[in-house]
Amino acid sequence: MKTDGVEVERISTDIVIVGGGTAGCFAAVTIKETSPATEVLVIEKAHVKRSGCLAAGVNAINAYLNPGETPETYLDYVKKDSAGLVRDDLVLTIGQRLNRVTEKLESWGLPFQKDESGCYKPRGKRNVEITGEAIKPVIATALQNSGAKILNRTVATNYLINEGVAAGVYAFSAREKKFYVITAKAVICAAGGAAGIYKPNNDGSSRHKMWYCPFNVGTGFAMGLRAGAEMTTFEMRFIALRIKDVASPTGTIAQGVKARQVNALGEEYQGRYESRSTPMRMYGTVEENKAGRGPCYLDLTHLPNSHNRRLKEAYLNMSPGLVLKWADEETEPNGKPLEICGSEPYIVGGHGQAGYWVDSERKTTVKGLFAAGDVVGGAPKKYVTGCFAEGEIAALAALEYIGQESVRAELDRQENSEQEITAELGRVFEPLRKQRGVAPDKYEERLQKIMDKYAGGISANYELCEPKLLRARELLITLQHEVKKNILAADVHELVKAHELIDRVLVARVLVEHLLYRKETRWRSYQERVDYPRRDDERWFTFVNSVYQRESGDIQIIERPWSGETAVEGFGGRV
Amino acid sequence: MTVRINKSLCNGCGNSVEPKCVMVCPGDLLCKDPSNRCVIRDPKDCWDCAACVKECPQQAIEMTLPVQIGGRGSTLKAKTEKGRIIWQLTKPDGSKEFFEVHTRNT
Ligand SMILES: Cc1cc2nc3c(=O)[nH]c(=O)nc-3n(C[C@H](O)[C@H](O)[C@H](O)COP(=O)(O)OP(=O)(O)OC[C@H]3O[C@@H](n4cnc5c(N)ncnc54)[C@H](O)[C@@H]3O)c2cc1C
Repeated sequence: MKTDGVEVERISTDIVIVGGGTAGCFAAVTIKETSPATEVLVIEKAHVKRSGCLAAGVNAINAYLNPGETPETYLDYVKKDSAGLVRDDLVLTIGQRLNRVTEKLESWGLPFQKDESGCYKPRGKRNVEITGEAIKPVIATALQNSGAKILNRTVATNYLINEGVAAGVYAFSAREKKFYVITAKAVICAAGGAAGIYKPNNDGSSRHKMWYCPFNVGTGFAMGLRAGAEMTTFEMRFIALRIKDVASPTGTIAQGVKARQVNALGEEYQGRYESRSTPMRMYGTVEENKAGRGPCYLDLTHLPNSHNRRLKEAYLNMSPGLVLKWADEETEPNGKPLEICGSEPYIVGGHGQAGYWVDSERKTTVKGLFAAGDVVGGAPKKYVTGCFAEGEIAALAALEYIGQESVRAELDRQENSEQEITAELGRVFEPLRKQRGVAPDKYEERLQKIMDKYAGGISANYELCEPKLLRARELLITLQHEVKKNILAADVHELVKAHELIDRVLVARVLVEHLLYRKETRWRSYQERVDYPRRDDERWFTFVNSVYQRESGDIQIIERPWSGETAVEGFGGRV
Repeated sequence: MTVRINKSLCNGCGNSVEPKCVMVCPGDLLCKDPSNRCVIRDPKDCWDCAACVKECPQQAIEMTLPVQIGGRGSTLKAKTEKGRIIWQLTKPDGSKEFFEVHTRNT
């Protein structure tokens, strides 16, 4: 069928997964292993072989319980690192699965380093070293072997909602003028977090030389918001302390070979600050710079020359830019200290805790919609293996859901609204039909500038205050209207970028409401309110959640009390 | 940040509509030009993940740092073989260093 020059393809499946990344692939494999007859379709905007966060490779599994560690000690650590406020049930259910999912990754063929006793080579208590260049191709092969169907280069845009129940996904092709209406009995969102909301650390010709994947733009959040799903803790942004210019991860040298973290005077400065938590290490570095003691460095000059080659190999496996930097500076890893700095803030549930508000089974507040990975809030520091764990939990919950008699009857009774399908097709292809307008790149710069200046970006030392946030709110509302009216796409590739921008603006708007609402400073640098500089457990030991009203464009904030170690249940079936 | 494609080495993977580099780019930034060679459509959008560098069967793609962030001409190329990658680093003075990394248990 063709509508308005656009080919429309209708597909029906049992479970559709949005995003063939870390969590999405693991969810698909889990479903096919548990219930081979269940049909699974993975929609991936790139190609599963090298999509999302893992495209370049990694060299550690950051969440694994080495001998002596338990799910409870993992929870203790995550809580301590996150100012106490996390969803204990989510973190614990991740902890219970970390080691099993890691072993599965090894069984898929990824090389793990082992010590004399045959244990994985530890890099700290909850971390193991791997040779992870091929992590994504290895996961993709497991996905392909599972029997799940895959649609690569297909960009999801919204959920298909029937009478309040998620019953599929709308998507379009990144290659041709083609629109997909995919109906399913359940939907799992695993589309990752959001980069590109703030002005990046490098701009111009290097604007995508960032830490988080620049192609994960928060569409998973935006789709949920437009469907009325509740989101949590966007205000706990994640800011990565990374190697300057090339944004390479630091764990390999900080934990791996015990680099000293020093300021320009050569002092190990972290002792000056309250703790060594991840946000505090970012904050300490910002403060050293503000006090005139920057730049700050990771100092490897103590290492013998024999380490140089191994370190370069480690970085080739995940962030080759640093190897080029050493070569361009005509130095070796132990030649001179490496400058470190903060990235722009990201909205991501795998390191920070922004994302869907889910119950222990990773059910969102929209019936039929499950979520896993960086798109899920409340459980920071989950990393690769935590995303696998959530993929597994969401997969099993989705299977259980579609097996329920009452659900099947309800889905059978429902009919897709042709009017809604036409409306979404119109919305998706509108930027392509315009003759005149504004290209997505221009709006992207505008958005990033607003966020940088008024919502605590790099140039503001990540600091937030009410008057500036109110200004951000105002400017973003105007921007959202303008974008809706004017955004233009010259071709299908630019159409992808147009929707990325539309989704980023929505995420930014919700983020600003969260930042305005929490009137304390809980997570240094990540959520640094200079007008409320103290942490206030009495008032603010609570989750800040939000719901977007698609019709009016309003954002409603809801407080959800911390519920202790018991599972949060009872909202999976709100409709 | 970007990669450079050597036009005399790239053969567009024959008449494939989806050459290997085009297939793997997580940002969908590579495409074919009218002369059947691959080009990067928007260098500023490149993440520098090196997926295309490792995928190219012709070793036609190399990675460099832009001048803006201190690039002085070093390049990285990769040859992917079963279970391993051989990297070639060329430094500004033309000297080379080779690395072999194990990628999969085969
Ligand atoms: C550079 C970097 C290094 C890291 N290093 C480590 C490490 O060493 N150890 C560790 O444990 N963790 C590491 N992490 C964290 C870890 O990689 C992430 O937490 C995890 O991979 C996230 O998994 P995910 O499935 O949520 O997202 P992803 O794996 O990114 O998957 C999301 C997928 O959704 C797709 N997608 C997005 N939007 C759409 C759409 N609209 N339609 C269809 N598909 C879409 C994307 O293309 C992508 O494939 C690192 C992260 C980064 C960015």
